[in-house]
Amino acid sequence: MDQKLRIELSKQGIVTTTLQELYNWGRKNSVWPMTFGLACCAIEMIATSMARYDLARFGAEVFRASPRQADLIIVSGTVTKKMAPQVVRLYNQMAEPKYVIAMGACAISGGPFKQGYNVLKGIDRYIPVDVHIPGCPPRPEALIDAFMTLQKKIDQQTLTGEGRPRHLDPESPSEFVVPRFGAHDLEPPNNPEVFHILNNLDSCEAGEVDAGGD
Amino acid sequence: MLEEIKARLETSVPGCHPEIILNGSPSGQHSLQIDSAHAVEAAMFLRDDAELRLDYCSNVTGVDWLETDTSPGYLEAVYHLYSMERKHGPVVLRLRTENRTDRAHLPSLTPVWRSAEFQEREIFDLYGIIFDGHPDLRRILMWDEFEDHPMRRDYVEPDDYEYEPTAHDEVLSKAKQHAAQQPD
Repeated sequence: MDQKLRIELSKQGIVTTTLQELYNWGRKNSVWPMTFGLACCAIEMIATSMARYDLARFGAEVFRASPRQADLIIVSGTVTKKMAPQVVRLYNQMAEPKYVIAMGACAISGGPFKQGYNVLKGIDRYIPVDVHIPGCPPRPEALIDAFMTLQKKIDQQTLTGEGRPRHLDPESPSEFVVPRFGAHDLEPPNNPEVFHILNNLDSCEAGEVDAGGD
Repeated sequence: MLEEIKARLETSVPGCHPEIILNGSPSGQHSLQIDSAHAVEAAMFLRDDAELRLDYCSNVTGVDWLETDTSPGYLEAVYHLYSMERKHGPVVLRLRTENRTDRAHLPSLTPVWRSAEFQEREIFDLYGIIFDGHPDLRRILMWDEFEDHPMRRDYVEPDDYEYEPTAHDEVLSKAKQHAAQQPD
């Protein structure tokens, strides 16, 4: 529908919309996160949900204590290798549509503990992450920004075709491989369905140049 | 004070061969190494002796010594002891295993100081020292199926350097090594 006509109609008191807009409006304003914290980032997440930063303004007022009732998992903190299977299992237990925010340096890459023997180098090795937040820990404003980014992302999804969300596409998976505890590492060490590596060596070389320039 | 404890141990617990290990650092925190076969007996003495009363074990940790030309290498458990009653300490106690592989046994001091329980489990998990007489010797940090001991100096970490966007120094060389091993 023509935007100008739409504005003109609304001035006359006639509201027009589409099913897609209505659907996305409802979805993006009722994203309920799961009560699930891992480390110090969880403290910031709790602060975000309380009165001062008030995540409820964005429709995320209830943190659900069950994955069955949650739409969003905020991976807030270091994911140890011992914890990783539980995180993936919780994500699998959530009902579609479901989203992931990887909060903080540890959840996106392992952060300051990256080379530790029991630290997973980022949760995106096992589950598809919608929004990454850098920071150690990110301030509540950063989490709110990530939440708004997620809302924009939901708003841009279409009901049919390429840009449709995963739960409207029967081809795309909603459950992901839960890693097993192996003798030396988690098995598999990552899920190639969701973890795509682009030009590892190139970025290494770039890192070398940067280090030389300092 | 350490010489005094050593002399009293020698008379009270014959055969425990206490030896003072000097610490050359500015802290000068010297320690007492005792023979592991008499460790429980010596520990009981240190805890119950009216003058020492080392009733509180604040910390237990491990040390890995690789083999050298003169020594086969060994693992160490280090106990830090304080006295709540007499308000002195720490007294640092060291126990050595015979080697790093098949004879990595030590007597558990958990029956003497209950606070050692989880920390001895941690040493068992990360260094692989087997504490005989421990009430519940299981891995505490890594999962049960894990086979390595990550704090040992010769621990080989899994090769997960497939994505290192900001690599430098050691990590950069490991990432390059990983990339070189990948089939195209």
